[in-house]
Amino acid sequence: MGFITSLLNAMPGAVAQGLIWGIMAIGVYITYRILDLADLTVDGSLCTGGAVCVILTLNGVPVGVAIVCAFIAGLLAGLVTGLLHTVCGIPAILSGILTQLALYSINLHIMGFGTANGSKANLPISVDKYDLLLSSRFVRELSFRNPLIILVILFIILIPVTYCFFGTELGCALRATGANGNMARAQGINTNLSKVLGLMLSNALVALSGALLSQYQGFSDINMGRGAIVIGLAAVIIGEVIFSKVFRNFALKLLSAVFGAVIYYIVIQFVLKLGLSTDDLKLLTAVVVALFLAIPHFKGKLGSGKVKKAAGKETGANA
Amino acid sequence: MLEIRNVTKIFNPGTINAKVALDNLSLTLNDGDFVTVIGGNGAGKSTMLNAIAGVFKIDAGSILIDGEDITGLPEYRRAAFLGRVFQDPMMGTAPTMELEENLALALRRGKHRGFGWGISKKERELYREELKKLELGLETRLHSKVGLLSGGQRQAVTLLMASLKKPKLLLLDEHTAALDPKTAAKVLELSDKIVNETHITTLMITHNMRDAIAHGNRLIMMNAGRIVLDISGEEKKALTISDLLEKFNASSGNAEADDKLVLG
Repeated sequence: MGFITSLLNAMPGAVAQGLIWGIMAIGVYITYRILDLADLTVDGSLCTGGAVCVILTLNGVPVGVAIVCAFIAGLLAGLVTGLLHTVCGIPAILSGILTQLALYSINLHIMGFGTANGSKANLPISVDKYDLLLSSRFVRELSFRNPLIILVILFIILIPVTYCFFGTELGCALRATGANGNMARAQGINTNLSKVLGLMLSNALVALSGALLSQYQGFSDINMGRGAIVIGLAAVIIGEVIFSKVFRNFALKLLSAVFGAVIYYIVIQFVLKLGLSTDDLKLLTAVVVALFLAIPHFKGKLGSGKVKKAAGKETGANA
Repeated sequence: MLEIRNVTKIFNPGTINAKVALDNLSLTLNDGDFVTVIGGNGAGKSTMLNAIAGVFKIDAGSILIDGEDITGLPEYRRAAFLGRVFQDPMMGTAPTMELEENLALALRRGKHRGFGWGISKKERELYREELKKLELGLETRLHSKVGLLSGGQRQAVTLLMASLKKPKLLLLDEHTAALDPKTAAKVLELSDKIVNETHITTLMITHNMRDAIAHGNRLIMMNAGRIVLDISGEEKKALTISDLLEKFNASSGNAEADDKLVLG
């Protein structure tokens, strides 16, 4: 009984965290599913978003402006990866790793802005002193400060906007680039430009997620983005495995990535309550993502196995 | 219309695998020409089409369309002038996008792509009409993902996409080679119909000598990156396969014609 109560108690927090990571999952969906690129920049740009948001707020910038600046910082991070990939011809996955590594130093400096040695690994911000958009403190409160309500409102705006963007000529060009680059170029689409734009948009959403996460948890930290890509992929893939039969429309596919993130955090809460150490979370995450990535592959194999078995039975019957 | 001036392309230059794919090639097409291109494997047929389309940079020479030098333009900018159909039916369409979305991409070839809707309601009527002309029943499947269509259907759709927004030049790169004979004949017939109705200047590569003779008003034969035979008008109409074989052997100095060239 105590276990269930404590689990239920942890639910609002898990859902809020899941929703925040859901924004990040939409970013990952754009690169991984639409552009067909594995972009590892996100491990760095998530923290960049948090760092920019917190340092600006601490320095008296209104929180809304700070969030917009975090978004722009994400755009820039994506731009760097995009240029490394398209202009310099470096494979996408390596370009992302390079930017991510560079961002580690940059993030330390952002958070250390104004300090003696200009570098800091953790930057707290208190909801008592600053007017933050959302904070974990109000997650059980029935008011418009509740982060759950704020996040739901955010998605009511974000998903339709993303949906509409991918319905425009430019958005269709991005989708065509990911679906068949050869065909896209033959139809006059600048595929390099598409990739750069997609990477920028994706990292901007990831940085936005980082900005909200740092407010929610009350600090930004140099390690907050470590393994973010895996969590993002987990969200996208869990969402697809569970909802792909029902959610066929593009807007619903984006929503399924968000649900995937929420489910991921609920599962994490569950195993933590079962007694798993937080130190083992990354290992668990990697195993869960590997499993979900493997399911479609094994499903395919099992499918063909059934046909073979059926064929075998028939020959048996004939003999 | 199209002018290829002294174009040379060498793959893997400076290595043991260096291959002169186009050797000081020159070719001029007139408006409305329907040219069939034949030649053995490695003769440079596809390389010529890819050089025109801008898939790679050429090492020497220049390419002009309607007097405009396009040699320095990237592939996606040249697309404004070109319609292309590839040998591989999977190459010309986006499998995860709907049929109408593919057509909408093609209709916007050469136009700036901004924040206008990627597809408008009145376009659908146009697509339905055009698909009806293919006689494959695709007009009822506008919302199907193209990946669900057969190879022949996809190639027919690619052909429609190449001609939907009338290009200055149509490049058909052995576009029936990967199809079964019946479907190949159907797609070829369709190509003929489109070219004859719209008078788009066309370059069509084929491995089938019979097709090369039966279609178009001009025939060129390539060997080792050069054009070794260029026949048009009445002379082409009178051509027979044995003529062509003889000419191939004479011009290439190759006693045995490539089996594939004969049998296609």
